This record gives sequence, C-alpha cells and structure tokens, in this order.
Amino acid sequence: MLKARGITRKFGGLVAVNSVDFEIPRGSISAIIGPNGAGKTTFFNVIAGIYAPTSGSIELDGKPLISPPTGSGREPILLILPTIPFIGLAIYFLLAVGGDAGLVEGVASVAVALLGFVGALLLNIVRPAWYNRLIKRIGVTRPARPNDMVVAGLARTFQNIRLYKSLTTLENILVGMHVHMHGNFIGALFITRKVREEEAAAEQRARELLAFVDLAGMENELAANLPYGKQRLLEIARAIASRPKLLLLDEPAAGMNPKETEEMTALIRRIRDELGITILLIEHDMRVVMGISDHITVLDHGEKIAEGLPKAIRTNPKVIEAYLGRGAAAGH
Amino acid sequence: MSRISTALSAPFAPVRAYFRKHRSFGIFVGVALLSIALPLLTRVPPFDGIQSTNAWVNAFTTAAIYAMLAMGLNVVIGFAGLLDLGYAAFFALGGYTYAFVASPFTGVHLPFWPMLLAGGVVGAIFGVLLGAPTLRLRGDYLAIVTLGFGEIVPITLMNADKFTDGVNGIGGIDKPSIPGILQFTLTNPWPMYGLVIALFALIMIMIYRLQDSRIGRTWDAIREDELAAESSGVNIVIAKLQAFAVGASIAGIVGVVNAAKITIVTPDQFRFAVSISVLAAVVLGGMGNTIGVATGAFVIYLFQSILLKQLNTLVENFNIPVLNQIDFLEFQYVLYGIVLVLMMLKRPQGIFPARRRMREFAPLKIGKRGAK
Repeated sequence: MLKARGITRKFGGLVAVNSVDFEIPRGSISAIIGPNGAGKTTFFNVIAGIYAPTSGSIELDGKPLISPPTGSGREPILLILPTIPFIGLAIYFLLAVGGDAGLVEGVASVAVALLGFVGALLLNIVRPAWYNRLIKRIGVTRPARPNDMVVAGLARTFQNIRLYKSLTTLENILVGMHVHMHGNFIGALFITRKVREEEAAAEQRARELLAFVDLAGMENELAANLPYGKQRLLEIARAIASRPKLLLLDEPAAGMNPKETEEMTALIRRIRDELGITILLIEHDMRVVMGISDHITVLDHGEKIAEGLPKAIRTNPKVIEAYLGRGAAAGH
Repeated sequence: MSRISTALSAPFAPVRAYFRKHRSFGIFVGVALLSIALPLLTRVPPFDGIQSTNAWVNAFTTAAIYAMLAMGLNVVIGFAGLLDLGYAAFFALGGYTYAFVASPFTGVHLPFWPMLLAGGVVGAIFGVLLGAPTLRLRGDYLAIVTLGFGEIVPITLMNADKFTDGVNGIGGIDKPSIPGILQFTLTNPWPMYGLVIALFALIMIMIYRLQDSRIGRTWDAIREDELAAESSGVNIVIAKLQAFAVGASIAGIVGVVNAAKITIVTPDQFRFAVSISVLAAVVLGGMGNTIGVATGAFVIYLFQSILLKQLNTLVENFNIPVLNQIDFLEFQYVLYGIVLVLMMLKRPQGIFPARRRMREFAPLKIGKRGAK
C-alpha cells in the first residue's frame, strides 16, 4: 500500500534519516521502533508531509505522494503570481505618461494592475483545467503539504496531543471531516439544502465516531476538559474522521497506565478490523508493539537495521545491540 | 442571585429556544427592536438634555458603522486568530472606491446600491493581496506587516495628489437614493439610520452563518493549532485568505456607507487611530463573540463622542479651576490605554467572552437508530 524508497532527510549536516526503504502491506499494523534519536519521528513526519524528504520517493496506492499536487490550480499563491507582470506593466505605463498623468491615466493604470488578478481569478473559476495547464506550462508548482497528504488518504496523530482545545469534541471531529465536505461561501450564507443535509450527515457520522472510540455522551465537552487518555482517543477519532487509507499513530500509548494501554491496543485492532484502515505506529512500549504489530521496522542512527515479524525482531542481535549496547548483545 | 436570575429568565425559555432555532430571524427582531428603542430612549430625561433626537440618531448611525467594522475585524482576529493592525486601510479603500465613482471630483455618478457590492469586492481583493505575502507570519510579525499596510494606504492616498486631491480628500460625494421614493439628505438622519441598521443586521447574520459553517470551523482550527489543522486536511493558505477577504470586504462595504453618510473622504479619517479604536472594541467586547464586539464598539463610540464631550461641558458648568483647563476629548487615547490594560489584567476574555454554542440535541443512541 505505502512504498517508500530511499528516503533521506538531512538537517544541515545532520542526516536524520538515511536512505530508508520501507513498505506497508494493505490491512496490516506496522510499527517503527528504535532507541531515542533514531530518526523515527523525522521519518514519520516525512511520510506525513510535514518535512519534504531531501531525496527519495513515496507512493500510496501506486500514486506518488511527494510531487506537485494535481489540484494546484486552486492555490491562491498561483493566483497572485500572474498579477505581478500586470502591476509592472501599470507602473511602466505611469512612468511613460510621466508628469501629465491625470485622473483617467491613474484609474486606467490601477485597472491594468488588477487585470492579472481578476483575469486569473475568472479563468480559475470558469475554466480550471485551462488555468491548471497554463500554470503547469509556466512551471509554477509548490511542494506538497500535510493537507495534500490527507486528501491522498493519510491521517496522523501527534506524540504530544494536538487537539483544538477550545472546541467541543464533536467540533474537533467535524474539522477532521473537512476534506470530505463541500460547503462553500454561498452555501454557508444561504444555508442551502445541500449544506444542511451535509452538516446533519456529518454530525451523525461524528457522533458515531465518538461512540466508536468510547466517547459517546461527551459531544459537548470542551476538548481541553477531557482527561488525558480520552484526549488521545479523541485525537484518533479526529484522524479517522478524514476516512484515511493509512493511519499514522505517533506513540499512541505514551503516558498511559496498563489498563488504558490495553484498551488502546484493542482500539487499534478494531480500527484495522472494523474500519479496514492500515496502521503505522511509533511506540516505545514494547508490550504494545510486540502485541499488535504484524510487521516491525527498527531504525537506529537514521538507518534501517532490521525488519520482520515481532518474534524475529525480539531475538535479532542487531536490535538488542542498538537498544542495550554491544556487551549485552554478546551476552556478557 | 443566580436563583433570581434563573427565576427571571424562566418565562423566556420558550422564546430563547425559538430564537436559538431561528437565529437569523432573531437577529432581525432584536436589531429592529433596539433600533426603535434607542431613539425613543433619547426622548427621556438624562438623554434628551444632551442633544436633539436627530443628533442622537446621527451618533447611533456612526456608532453602528463602528460596530460593523468591529464585527468584520473580529472575523480576522477573533475567529482566525490573525492579528490585523491595519484594518482601517480596507475601510479607506471602500470609501475611496465609492468617492471615485460618485462625486464631482471624477464627474462619474454611479448609483449607490451596486457600489455597496463593489466596495466589498475591492476590499476582498486587497484583503487577499495583503494576506498572500503574510501567510507565513504569525502573531507579532503579522501585526507589524498589517500595521505597515494600514499606514501605506492613507499615506498613498495623501500623496497621490492628482488622483485623490491629497489631504483635502474627495468631497461632495453622492448621497444614496431610492429613485422616485426617497432621497437621502444631510439634514435628515433617519434614512441613513435605517440603511445602516439593516446592513448591520445583514452583516451580523452573515458572520454568524459563516462561523457555523465548514469555513468557520477551519478558522477555529487554524486559530487553535495550525499544524493540527493542516494534518486534518485544512488548507491553511486558503482558510487564512478567506478570513482576510471576509474581514476586508466587510470593511469595504462599510467604507462605502460611511463615505455616503458624511459625503467626504480624506486620508485623515483612516489613520492608525481608527484601526486601534476598532481593535480596542474587539478586545473589550470579547474576541470571537460577534454580538459582544458589536456592543463593545457601539458603547465605545458613544462614550468617546458624547460622554467625553458632556464631561467637558459639565466641568465648565461647575467651574472647577484645575479641571476647567482639561479637554477630556484629548484624553480619549489615554482612556483607551487604561481600559485595555485593565481588561488584560482583570478580564482578558472581554466583557462578553465567546462561548461555544452547544449542540443541544439528544445524544445518539447506538443500536436504536429508529428511536429518534
């Protein structure tokens, strides 16, 4: 499902991730482990689109993830760019007219300056395909961002929980559904039937999702007021709300007691089994990792040192060495 | 105390429930009632001695214009969390847009009503143009850039003598009219009052609807946590530009109305002080609460334009030697400063803090879909 080839990410002289090849089969639960500073989170962030890789490529379902996104015509920056030559033209015009510039020339030059913007906007609205082709011809692109990854089918949670704290749990989930909703300005201002139906359906789905992660009845609670464990659940529910193909969990069981950890493990399994979402997780708690992973990849100093089934990883001398040092690996 | 208030509000519970369901209608009714009550109030003792009813109505109109500006700025600051210190620039652009197409200065006389929309469009375009280069900035840095923009616009208008008549501004701007029915005049404040009140209600409804929409949720999300918002699939570039555009287009529309009301635009009307007093209203009213900021702006304007003036005459009447020397109007900004500092210390969330609107539906019953 997800194929990463030769992923390298450098921060200045530091090589955080060094040409890692990586593959996740569909419907599996995979884990990345490694000692502190091994480059797990960096690798994770590269996949999630927060960092662009220095080199390497990632494919999700056969589609390349790190490349100019297809819908780039809707990008406002690309709307501004065609404006610049027209502003230049207007200034040139004013300079040419010089001291004789009167009101008519002034208004005309302002109109010319805005022509690029208005033209690009109109073209973008009326003929998006032409606009995209034009932009592509000029060669204007931008790097993919996390929101493009969500559209492609990737969702993530964070190591230190990042909820929208002053929104209610239900609204947190509704934000997560953003990419699958279509309400626009007109719909919002006139509350068209389409928008009303969409909002009602989204709310219904959000309630179901909250029930799925065992947060039913807390719809109107502010996210900040939830206890720690429930905040984690909410964050996972928000990630699922974007209907991802692949869910990235960054230390889902961090800071949890054994009972909560057990519930979290069960939840992760349920997400895979009932919702059919493939899962990739980073975790320090070895009981969690060994208990639920189908497939484990071990990173150390930015390089992949081992991968395979949990059983094989547990006895792999290289892994033991990475965690406990050379002496322990040799059995002293 | 709380028991008394609950007992008092109990009979109104059905009314509240009704207006919670039909909010737009509720806003119309509320604004209409207030707009009738306020002029009536000015006929009652302490107020009728201050100035004539017509002067009061004129003051209310200007106060409502400020309140609309505050609601627009609240979209940028309160909803999307982008600190904008140059808001008056969009107000100016709206005003000059109308001045260009409806005054003897250019000789063009286009009708007022479509220009309302044009002011909004001009505002939105400049909102996007300002927003685009500042997308990567946050907090203080964004504030400085917007502050610069807020200064550039009036200074440009002042120095582009040929096109704007410099410091003199453009005067003799056309008053709106409904052909054959009503001609707005300077002496009769009532038609303009009605127009501003109607616009006020419309803008408030519009903002509330946007806030509760998918777009409003993206603003909430980027205000709370930009990275998380991106990871939820929100295109933060578009969300921020939308916030800038909505805020700026409201300022543009209000600018057109303001120009038509006072029939003259000069660069001096749009200096930094305007941005700051609107910002003060937003902070005072409670960031993110539309009704709160509108009330805040309304009260602040009436306070500075009437109460401070009253204070001057009052002190003169009592003939107190030291206080007699003081012109209280000049202390406006000192008062703003004191009020803002006190607010930040004692009640940073504003007088009317924004409260999440709860979705009051029965909780979902799993497995009993039919029993709803």
